[in-house]
Amino acid sequence: MQLRSASPQLNSQGELHHLLSIEELPRPLIERILSTAEGFIAVGTREVKSVPLLRGRSVFNLFFESSTRTRTTFEIAAKRLSADVYNLNIASSSTAKGESLLDTIDNLTAMQADVFVVRHSQGGAPYLIARHLAPHVHVVNAGDGRHSHPTQALLDLYTIRHYKGDFESLSVAIVGDILNSRVARSDIHALLAMGVRDLRAVGPLTLLPAGLEELGLRVHTRLEEGIRNADVIVMLRLQNERMRGALLPSAQEYFANYGLTPQVLRHAKSDCIVMHPGPMNRGVEIDSAVADGPHSVILPQVSFGIAVRMAVLSMVTSSQRAESR
Amino acid sequence: MNATLAIENGRLIDPAAGHDAVAGLYIADGRIAAIGARPAGFSPQRVIDARGLVVAPGLIDLCARMREPGTEGALRMEMRAALAGGVTGVVCPPDTDPPLDEPGLVRMLRQRSREAAGARLYPLGALTAGLAGEALAEMHTLAQVGCVAFCQTSALPANHGTLLQALRYARTFDLPVWLRPVDASLVGEGVAAEGALAAGLGLPGISVAAETVALHTIFELQRATGTRVHLCRLSSADGVQLVRAAKREGLPVTADVSIHHVHLVDQNIGYYDTNCRLDPPLRTQADRAAIRAGLADGTIDAVCSDHAPVSLEDKLLPFGEAQPGASGLETLLSLVLDWAHAQTLPLARALAAVTSAPARVLGEDTGTLQPGRKADVVVFDPEQGWRVDAESLISDGKNSPFAGLRLAGRARFTLVGGEVRFESAPQ
Repeated sequence: MQLRSASPQLNSQGELHHLLSIEELPRPLIERILSTAEGFIAVGTREVKSVPLLRGRSVFNLFFESSTRTRTTFEIAAKRLSADVYNLNIASSSTAKGESLLDTIDNLTAMQADVFVVRHSQGGAPYLIARHLAPHVHVVNAGDGRHSHPTQALLDLYTIRHYKGDFESLSVAIVGDILNSRVARSDIHALLAMGVRDLRAVGPLTLLPAGLEELGLRVHTRLEEGIRNADVIVMLRLQNERMRGALLPSAQEYFANYGLTPQVLRHAKSDCIVMHPGPMNRGVEIDSAVADGPHSVILPQVSFGIAVRMAVLSMVTSSQRAESR
Repeated sequence: MNATLAIENGRLIDPAAGHDAVAGLYIADGRIAAIGARPAGFSPQRVIDARGLVVAPGLIDLCARMREPGTEGALRMEMRAALAGGVTGVVCPPDTDPPLDEPGLVRMLRQRSREAAGARLYPLGALTAGLAGEALAEMHTLAQVGCVAFCQTSALPANHGTLLQALRYARTFDLPVWLRPVDASLVGEGVAAEGALAAGLGLPGISVAAETVALHTIFELQRATGTRVHLCRLSSADGVQLVRAAKREGLPVTADVSIHHVHLVDQNIGYYDTNCRLDPPLRTQADRAAIRAGLADGTIDAVCSDHAPVSLEDKLLPFGEAQPGASGLETLLSLVLDWAHAQTLPLARALAAVTSAPARVLGEDTGTLQPGRKADVVVFDPEQGWRVDAESLISDGKNSPFAGLRLAGRARFTLVGGEVRFESAPQ
């Protein structure tokens, strides 16, 4: 029996109505987001750093889980588009008082929101919100549980394209806590969608979810092997709380086996780039000499992230106009 | 109440007797008086013309939560749902609030069931006090007030020593024990079957080992005690294979699956459909194929609805926070018919899984239309289409994975002890 419905993030014209996940985004649409972002890069370098695309629109940053970096870059992106931005740190307000997630959304919709940028600790929460909203309101997923962080994946694609040109011929290694990483999941879908044929997952078996091979990855448990001749290395943040359970014995032992040091990096291609979604744990997953070294593109990632988020916000809001025509 | 009743011209299917032909069914004083032609001198007070309809034993559901004790008045509604679904016998697990672990609660439940005049009630007593998995419940006393077996509902007790003693104690009085083959420590925070789907959605996975380790534990303790065990809700191919081997070995074991696991796989979760959040979780197509094969070769004895009404508030949540379970009493019959159709199984074979087989698990003499037996009967229209939605479901649980879909097969008359307790107009 087939119950799966059409992708809830595209409208009937196949335009981006919400951005919930990288899955099911067709490659041409991803490419359109990247080229739209390219047009916004210049805005950040101008003296007047804004364009009036979202003037009079309200963007609500709805963070059920705390975040500084992602929230700030979304805020900058929305402001550069001239939107009115409201930051709500729900983690410490309504839900703590027992209000349900959907009640919170109802209340905010009544305040005439146009876009909700949502971060939530539970995978799938943005889907629930998107299904519940009036058709003219948009959701952009800013990270849901272990599921998805689509704007991070898009900015990673942007970064790779910027430094490497195309995708098909690249060898890409994603290293670390893939089990708990929404960035890894979104990167995997994004890189596969863009035609990367040599995609590897590297980590200890306790941090690798089942089913990676089925998705099209090669799994490596040794860092040297996993990054051999790689063009791109995506390092993942090792959450401190993961160190407490039965997944890893200690940060020291993790660094000894999976920490990216200049010595280990020699196994990758000489012109390889090293990425990290931040915030970094120096000395746990990455050595400072690599983080600050010539292969690192970690800071450019952050600036590209603003342009990519501008692209996403402008595209979801313009899909509404197309829909009502 | 009709002391005598005739149901004529219907296609009479009695899986236990291998009967499938147009025949009359004659009921007197709550029992089947005859099948075939109307006996000489039998003058029924009511005649039901079942032309174009199927006449079968009423369905016996090995797991349906009636939400009492816990929700005042729920039992009456759920019993109506059962009858509308053609279900004439419901086994109620003890995971109520409070759990069914003392005789007073069981007596009260049975009293309310009599007042509701719904399906027959078969309460399961808690295996351990408060279902806490620590101290034994008063199994013998509970059996005396009507508990048909003893059950640890969500998972095996964490302490295997307690399980061993519970099995020994049950064996003392020849009481059957029903267990969910689940090792809670291997479930952990998991909310979906471990695999590509859970990995893709970022949902914490539940490994197949949660089921297989529990099955190994159960079988090993059965070898030590000889206690009869019914395994509730298998979910995996490896689990089915272990049960097959245990039966071949001669262990006194029976098993069931939920109808949802006969039809659905983890992919049906789609975009976090919380109506597909089930316990045990939906697994892969290979697992579903093994479950169907297990039903075909008798490794799995019965199919149940695993009916679990969940309120909208408890389902309108992120997948990981939503309460597991599906409403199933009213879709069971349609889904069994659909399964028979999809697998080109004879209807009698499919119906056996919800009539004669569960009766055998319970040691009841219902689930058949043989003369002399209790007249628990369903008359249904196998072709009648209906849409599953909040309006069509009587149960308080509107949480069906099949919501919005059209199914075929609707009960027209449901009889318990010869009494017509549900009837609906033809469409």
